[in-house]
Amino acid sequence: MIELENVSKRFDDKTVLDGVTARIGRGEIFAVIGPSGAGKSTLLRLVDLLDSPSGGTIRIDGIDIHAERERSLSIRRMMGMVFQKPAAFNTTVAENIAVGLRFRGAGESVIQKKVEDALDMVGLAGYGEQRARTLSGGEMQRVALARAMVIEPEILLMDEPTANLDPVSVEKIEELVLQINRDHGTTIVISTHDMYQGQRLAHRIGVLMNGGFAQVGSPREVFTLPANQDVARFVGTENVVEGVVVAAEFGSSVVDVGGVRVRARSSFSQGEEVCLCIRSEDIRIAPAAGARGLRGGNILPGTVASISPRGPFSRVTVDCGFPLSSVLSWKVVDDLEIRKGSPVSASFTAESVHVVRATRN
Amino acid sequence: MYEIIEGFVEAARLIVTLDPDVMAIAARSIVISLTATILATLLAIPLGAAINFGTFPGRKSLINLIQTLYSLPTVIVGLLIFLLISRVGPFGSLRLLFTPTAMVIAQTVLILPIMTGLTISALSGVDPVVRDTLYSLGATRLQFLVNIMKEARFAILATVAVGFGRAISEVGAAILVGGNIAASSFGSSTRVLTTAISLETSMGNIPESIALGIILLAIALGVNLAITTVQHR
Repeated sequence: MIELENVSKRFDDKTVLDGVTARIGRGEIFAVIGPSGAGKSTLLRLVDLLDSPSGGTIRIDGIDIHAERERSLSIRRMMGMVFQKPAAFNTTVAENIAVGLRFRGAGESVIQKKVEDALDMVGLAGYGEQRARTLSGGEMQRVALARAMVIEPEILLMDEPTANLDPVSVEKIEELVLQINRDHGTTIVISTHDMYQGQRLAHRIGVLMNGGFAQVGSPREVFTLPANQDVARFVGTENVVEGVVVAAEFGSSVVDVGGVRVRARSSFSQGEEVCLCIRSEDIRIAPAAGARGLRGGNILPGTVASISPRGPFSRVTVDCGFPLSSVLSWKVVDDLEIRKGSPVSASFTAESVHVVRATRN
Repeated sequence: MYEIIEGFVEAARLIVTLDPDVMAIAARSIVISLTATILATLLAIPLGAAINFGTFPGRKSLINLIQTLYSLPTVIVGLLIFLLISRVGPFGSLRLLFTPTAMVIAQTVLILPIMTGLTISALSGVDPVVRDTLYSLGATRLQFLVNIMKEARFAILATVAVGFGRAISEVGAAILVGGNIAASSFGSSTRVLTTAISLETSMGNIPESIALGIILLAIALGVNLAITTVQHR
């Protein structure tokens, strides 16, 4: 188990991490997501003993890893790390994979067997004698993964392992991550700026922002119940609007957003400044005339402000006093004859409005 | 003009017939400069590694100083070593002046800065991700250094070639501490290619000078070819 307690890291006078706290369970896949420059790599490097924290403690199985100077080698040898840009040692693929085993003094026959198994695992059987520098980026990243796994680490750290790869290679690496976790029970900490990758792979996600974890939770929690408006924006909640609670009772509240009243489920009390997070999938668009009543819900009249393509869908933004975006299929847009300027109504339930405290920056 | 052409013909004869005197001078040059290069390598690599991976105050200034010493004049090194080992110098009792050993020492001192500096460049040129990867794979300090050397092997090899090239082609230090003595035995003679060219030319023996010059160039060419071959493998 990895425990991060109030971990901070400063480089000269730049604070990268400030009070990072989290617990990562044995056998868990934990994704650290966050925008570029949030300190994801720095955090992983601190865990792998490649850098020292400026403050706080990192414990693995109860041991403060940065305090135990004599044991730092054996602690480091419990872990494997895969970097964003894999380093190809200037030798053969097989020798690249064997490096960790050679460091541990493994015998030649053991090395040969394990290297072959590792090549098999990453789908590069037969590549052993090729020069590592001749591999493609995706192949080299798989070699890097094999190199880290051949030493059977308890913890595998992966620093944006798919950031520079093509979609097919990304898929292959993701499969391997899940397979390694399933077959070996390896604890995996993976950093990514791709929130969907976090969702696909992780048991839990930590959203690293402004030097600390803004939220730690299951992918579902992070996506549907973002802890604050920054997290909401980062995980792709399209509608994040600020307002003030004007009425509240029994877990229901009415929020004033620039003069428009929105019903929501929340326990905030009257007068509090809040932020409403509404996922675009939860918003229905209907022609203004055809809007049916929605008990306890919201029906907001407005006009279509813009329609922009988004893969096989269209993103329709309605101005209801504040902009609300929904996602509709092309066919629906055609059937409803929605055009820029069309009068429509946007409807959504009170339950689909996630209310967080407004954070003033 | 005719004399020059005649010189080349005579030089070719000296080389083709493996003239004993010329061959002895060439062999001595190689032995002395190679010994100096090996010594300097043994010093420069650990020194370069210590400076590159070390963190100590004045590290940047030290690297600047080393780089300045790249262009250390050979006669200055010769003079310095001469003062140290001359009869009245602190190491005078060792009676090293005008011996091949003195020349080895002088050449070692001469090429140490450039070899140390180029070693630092070679090591710092290794991708930082390689360093991180080695540590993350559980390298001890020694395993780390050995593997970094392996990654930097071609650049380090080039460093050795540069060192040897500077050692074998210098004349100022060799003549000051060696003295260009043609003794009867191979080991006590201090006549090398550069000092011999200098002497023979001043005495008007142009063919000998040209022959020795061609051999000197051939050695430099040979070393470079060897390095290039290894690097392209």
